[in-house]
Amino acid sequence: MAAETKLFGKLKTTEQEHEDPKEQLMFDPRPREELNRMVMEMMTTTTRKFWLWAIGLGAGVAVLLFGAWGYMISTGMWVTGLRRPIYWGVFIVTFVFWIGISHAGTFVSAILRVFKSEFRRPFTRAAELMTTFGLAAGALYPLIHLGRVWVFYFMVPYPNARWLWPNFRSPLVWDLLAITTYLLSSTIYLYLPLVPDLAMARDRTTGLRHTAYKILALGWRGTEAEWFRLKKAIQIFAFAIIPVMFSVHTIVSWDFAVSQVAGWHSTIFGPYFIIGAILSGVSAVVTILYVLRSTLKHMDYFLRPEHFDALGKLILVFSMSWAYFFFNDYLLGWYGGEAAVRQILTLHASGPAAWVWYTMLICNIVIPWLTLWNRKIRRTPWLMFIITLLINVGMYLERYTIIPLTLGHQRTPFDWGVYTPQPVEISIVLGTFCLFTFLYLIMSRLIPLVPVWEVQEGQVAHTLRKVGKAEVPSVTELD
Amino acid sequence: MAEVSKGIAEKWGLVVDQDRCTGCNACVVACSMENNVPFTGEDNVAFGRGTYWIYNKRMWEGNYPEVAPAFQPVMCQQCGSAPCEPVCPTFAAVHSEEEQINLQIYNRCIGTRYCANNCPYHARQFNFEDPNIPEPMNSYLNPDVTVRRRGVMEKCTFCVQRIVAGRQTASAEDRSLRDGEVMPACVAACPSGALVFGDLSDPNSRVSQMAQNERQYKLMDELGTRPKVTYLKGGGRNGG
Repeated sequence: MAAETKLFGKLKTTEQEHEDPKEQLMFDPRPREELNRMVMEMMTTTTRKFWLWAIGLGAGVAVLLFGAWGYMISTGMWVTGLRRPIYWGVFIVTFVFWIGISHAGTFVSAILRVFKSEFRRPFTRAAELMTTFGLAAGALYPLIHLGRVWVFYFMVPYPNARWLWPNFRSPLVWDLLAITTYLLSSTIYLYLPLVPDLAMARDRTTGLRHTAYKILALGWRGTEAEWFRLKKAIQIFAFAIIPVMFSVHTIVSWDFAVSQVAGWHSTIFGPYFIIGAILSGVSAVVTILYVLRSTLKHMDYFLRPEHFDALGKLILVFSMSWAYFFFNDYLLGWYGGEAAVRQILTLHASGPAAWVWYTMLICNIVIPWLTLWNRKIRRTPWLMFIITLLINVGMYLERYTIIPLTLGHQRTPFDWGVYTPQPVEISIVLGTFCLFTFLYLIMSRLIPLVPVWEVQEGQVAHTLRKVGKAEVPSVTELD
Repeated sequence: MAEVSKGIAEKWGLVVDQDRCTGCNACVVACSMENNVPFTGEDNVAFGRGTYWIYNKRMWEGNYPEVAPAFQPVMCQQCGSAPCEPVCPTFAAVHSEEEQINLQIYNRCIGTRYCANNCPYHARQFNFEDPNIPEPMNSYLNPDVTVRRRGVMEKCTFCVQRIVAGRQTASAEDRSLRDGEVMPACVAACPSGALVFGDLSDPNSRVSQMAQNERQYKLMDELGTRPKVTYLKGGGRNGG
């Protein structure tokens, strides 16, 4: 303890001398029982506003998503804005958007765990939950966009009377398998660290909730052996899920890259999509953290400006990486000199939908580069909320540029076309946003959104380590 | 499922002589009648949802005032290495082993429309609506061809039903198919003889001979799709 206090003193003399160490969650510990109580209260407090939102979003899901989808199934795809030659529209755009968001949720949790970034502790679960529900919203689209959704199971490999397997050379089948893999592995990765918290909730509830937590906690008692195995499992999953995330989002990019469509057929699409997914996903984490912080009781204790600060730095780095890949994609497309590709790139920047392209660049590059270098801005949660929301607008427009705008201007100008999303499509897209928010809202009252045992572990067991000029808390010795 | 050879070595091909094409669109009409291609109506055509298995691209050559119309009838090019086939998740877009053409299996299609995106010729059509054929219009339908429901892709088949019928007739008469015996509807309807159909595996067939013409080119050959439709186009204008 004495050594720690001495290190504390040192911290004050470094560049962050104006900052009170108590501002950091790790240096502002509270008793274990107090933390448990806070998390339980967070989970069980429901205000009138909460119910109004829940009912509103539930109605949104019922009407905007399932109502509009049902209408589209019963009348046909003519209600969309699709027309020759643009056969994929906002459904696939939103699909890629949700899959991108969901990929980064687990990724950011896993990568920070692997690199032992201690600031991750209070928000890993919020990020992982975003993955699960992002996938739930995104995985609907491969069904929604089908012309005949009632025979979607033709894509599923199962022994059948037709003696037919799906075509394993089709990227759509790869997609199906990849997304299923990711959904399963990310759900397990969400569930593993949840077990001790479920046990904590089990011991503090009665009635139906108690029974549910009892089943889900798998009889967790907190013995040394249990902790050992749990940590081992989490460690394995954290390492394993990173390559899974990379491969799955590469496969999503292959939907486009393996085709011969001019503007899609690009070798850089794999990493380009991954970096885009991470940029939009990490931004979405910040957006969600802001909402959680301002709506959930006691959340402002767990989520602090330091977390927005750290994630803001990450976003700046990813925005720069995204710009690098974007530049590469365009530069080599232009340098390659294929007439169709050059035409498309020119039309992106000067065609009738050029505003989409410029808005994308402003949201993804100009705004983060102008704001996120500033520590004050990074530490202002509401500003971060707006910036990250804008980044996701930009990322949505990026996918919009890649899909309908590119399809509209292929090799033969005689077949060029313009696509405008129609009300039914827009309604379904808004419906999945309602679905995501609705599921998240309900889940925030069902499971502890803060991994309270991880926070406790960090607060109790950290030491200080020097990384460059800064000194950061570290619990490496514990593992 | 690119080109394979198993027993029957037919390789059907088409030659389009653009210098002979007058742009009369008789091929489009004949094709629609033969293959039960749905009439989607004026509004849909204007919106870009008209369904054609063959369509005539009308373009202009030269600079004003020295302009002349140029026509390019485009149908499925029956690629030997077709971009639409590998991307289909359900094997609805398949290569037929006997005719060496690219076919669409309607009741296997689930409507991902991936094939249509990947076709550089934009030859594939999507059924946005169920066909609306009021009585007694339904009596025009060709009983040899499926009427497609909404949600599936469709495209030119080189009138595979005519190929099969021709082969069956020849087999019943215990002879082989004669050159020019089988004709898709578009070829049969073409008044100027701009379309010639036949078996490319027979070097003496008319279509094989014409495909050697010095005016020949293939649409987007550089993509490596190995199309089986050959276009003929000389330097002159207006059929000159």
